[in-house]
Amino acid sequence: MKKDIFKIGSEFFKSRLIVGTGKYKNFKETAQAVKASGASMVTVAVRRVNILDKKKPLLTNFLNPKLIKYLPNTAGCYSADESLRTLRLAREMGGWKMVKLEVLGDKKTLFPDMIETLKATKVLVKEGFKVLVYCSDDPLLAKELEYLGASAVMPLASPIGSGQGIQNKINLSIIIKNAKIPIIVDAGIGTASDATIAMELGCDGVLINSAIAKAKNPILMAESFKNAVISGRQSFVAGRMQKLFYADASSPSKGLI
Amino acid sequence: MAKIQLNGRKIKLNNKYSIATLLKKYKIDSKKVAVELNRKIINQSKYKLIYIKDNDKIEIVHFIGGG
Repeated sequence: MKKDIFKIGSEFFKSRLIVGTGKYKNFKETAQAVKASGASMVTVAVRRVNILDKKKPLLTNFLNPKLIKYLPNTAGCYSADESLRTLRLAREMGGWKMVKLEVLGDKKTLFPDMIETLKATKVLVKEGFKVLVYCSDDPLLAKELEYLGASAVMPLASPIGSGQGIQNKINLSIIIKNAKIPIIVDAGIGTASDATIAMELGCDGVLINSAIAKAKNPILMAESFKNAVISGRQSFVAGRMQKLFYADASSPSKGLI
Repeated sequence: MAKIQLNGRKIKLNNKYSIATLLKKYKIDSKKVAVELNRKIINQSKYKLIYIKDNDKIEIVHFIGGG
């Protein structure tokens, strides 16, 4: 078998699992979970430095950006302008070109504002960013993002942080089938089997945060996701058996006593 | 003296501060942050050259955990 390579833009990644670093008890737990997940990329948010508390621990002291790739996000941004501002600052901080664009449209569902998302994607691509775009599971819009020059398209499985799993396998499958760039399921994955299903559908990767951070044992769950993603990918590459309507005995009937 | 807005807070500076000395005052590692002065991103190489003026609005950001 040919080596199974995961490539976004011109970058190669060992793991098809990307993990978020939010919602953990503390940075120590975040670092342990990231390690157990085997992820080679983590999402991070850009926020104001707390100028009053000089002793506040720093994420960079627990997760070395030289050892694990930081994927800055635009979480909390509700317009193209806000997200552009955030990502330009992120680029200044680390010189990274690869970013996660997420322009939200509604506080309750955290569904993406696709009009603003398309606008921001266009500008970011023009400015040389490698953009991974959080989006709705609309096959036409996913294709449009590809045309605009996104490096990867990241449709939601269900609302962010809901843990509802994959709600529209058909749309996701159509998006995967039509795409020439990586499709990464982002948002809504609740447990390891959801990730396996996403990978079996043919996704190139998955992005997980809450399902690990909010598990009773986040570190064990991180390892579980690592295995689930590998398992799902292997299953997809191996190609599943055909479904039959009736039974088909596994033991030969020949030589039966 | 300069009255400025730093990360959304009103602050009074009694001495003349460059961006570099302001970061030092707050014990912020300049390599781990990005600075915006009046909505314009300031490149790290200019921190020592740019002095803070009255009414400046400064944002200092860094990476935190997020999904």
